[in-house]
Amino acid sequence: MSSLYEQLGGEAAIDAAVDKFYRKVLKDDRINSFFEDTDMERQAAKQKAFLTFAFGGPNNYTGMDMRKGHAHMLEKGLNDSHVDAVIEDLAATLTEMGVADELVAQVGEIANSVRDDVLSR
Amino acid sequence: MPNIHVDGATFERAPDETVLECLERNGVEVMSSCRTGVCQSCLVQAVEGAPPAAAQTGLRDTMTKQGFFLACCALPEEDLTIDLSGAAGREHHPIVTSIDKLNDRVVRVRCEPDAPIDYFAGQFMNVVGPAGDVRSYSVASVAGLDSYIEFHVMLLPGGKVSSWMHDGLNVGDTLTLIGPQGACYYVEGSPDQPMALAGTGTGLAPLYGIVRDALRQGHSGSIHLFHGSVRADGLYLVDELRALANEYENVFYHPCALEAGGDDNGIEIRAIDALVEATLPELDGYRVFLCGHPDLVKAMQRNVFLSGASMGEIYTDAFLPAGGASKA
Repeated sequence: MSSLYEQLGGEAAIDAAVDKFYRKVLKDDRINSFFEDTDMERQAAKQKAFLTFAFGGPNNYTGMDMRKGHAHMLEKGLNDSHVDAVIEDLAATLTEMGVADELVAQVGEIANSVRDDVLSR
Repeated sequence: MPNIHVDGATFERAPDETVLECLERNGVEVMSSCRTGVCQSCLVQAVEGAPPAAAQTGLRDTMTKQGFFLACCALPEEDLTIDLSGAAGREHHPIVTSIDKLNDRVVRVRCEPDAPIDYFAGQFMNVVGPAGDVRSYSVASVAGLDSYIEFHVMLLPGGKVSSWMHDGLNVGDTLTLIGPQGACYYVEGSPDQPMALAGTGTGLAPLYGIVRDALRQGHSGSIHLFHGSVRADGLYLVDELRALANEYENVFYHPCALEAGGDDNGIEIRAIDALVEATLPELDGYRVFLCGHPDLVKAMQRNVFLSGASMGEIYTDAFLPAGGASKA
């Protein structure tokens, strides 16, 4: 049985997903205000790192990075509803790309596993 | 095992050791974070030797062409000489050959290098002023077409280097240049790809160079060049660019300004970001270059991305004021 990362198509799939996902996030009025002043290229690199993690790919994920990276957003009111929105946008991206529902659900679970770190709980 | 050369020192790479690990083992500090080739913190440049292709995955073609690679993923098969400075560039001393007024605030400075300078049109060079102040100017000339290096210099209020280049510099003077630097330039290999270029003020300089460089290399895809200004008389090279668009059927020139002024015949009175969006609402598959005022570059970057341009195909060069990254 190949890994989730391999089943999804590895790095090529991530490259294909990252633009679509980031575009959805920027168009999503529930969360786009958090990204108004960000450096878009750096943000795209972070999205790629996040997708690599969520796809079950190679990563050096540490909860500390997620905590530090979102601390300034907590001050602006980041909460569970925003995490829900991001996971929803991610699932919609994958579904549009033709990924099977079962795999989309697995990605959603991995993404959801960082919720407490993102919200510093 | 091949060796790694850095700053005059030579380190022997151990088997299965990445360039990053080898440098760290020898006490050379290199920034790093994810160590899996994603974050690109450990980006370094090979100035001699070819870095392995696997260590260049995900980098822009303008970066790979200059030998940049990710130290954390590099298991090189040959000796590499590495520059950790991020390619600050070499010093050059060309002689000024002409200074021409392009409009009330912009002069064109051309200079002949004492020795050939290896650059890509659209990169920038640092000009050292008489008091040692350094400002970055984009190169508007094209290597392979022009023997001179050309800059467009806008006179800025209180601008130390720009006022010197307008009023203190004379034909025959020697300039001190450092560079080139920057990743905003044309790369051959996709001659059919449509291109959109948008710039404000002297943001035209790199774009003018990129357009002529693309045409020199036989680019056949459509090339849309947008130039914006506050007032219509702030535009320059209007006649030259109209002539270029007449000469090449794939070149389209879109001058625009927020306010009329001077001879504004044929100049659209409209904000440049709105004009780009109205002219090219669908940018999927385009290569995009954005140069000039930082706020506009940022706004346009977002717009063109949402219009379908891939993030990896959007090249930006924001002209930051002195005190920041000193781009004029």
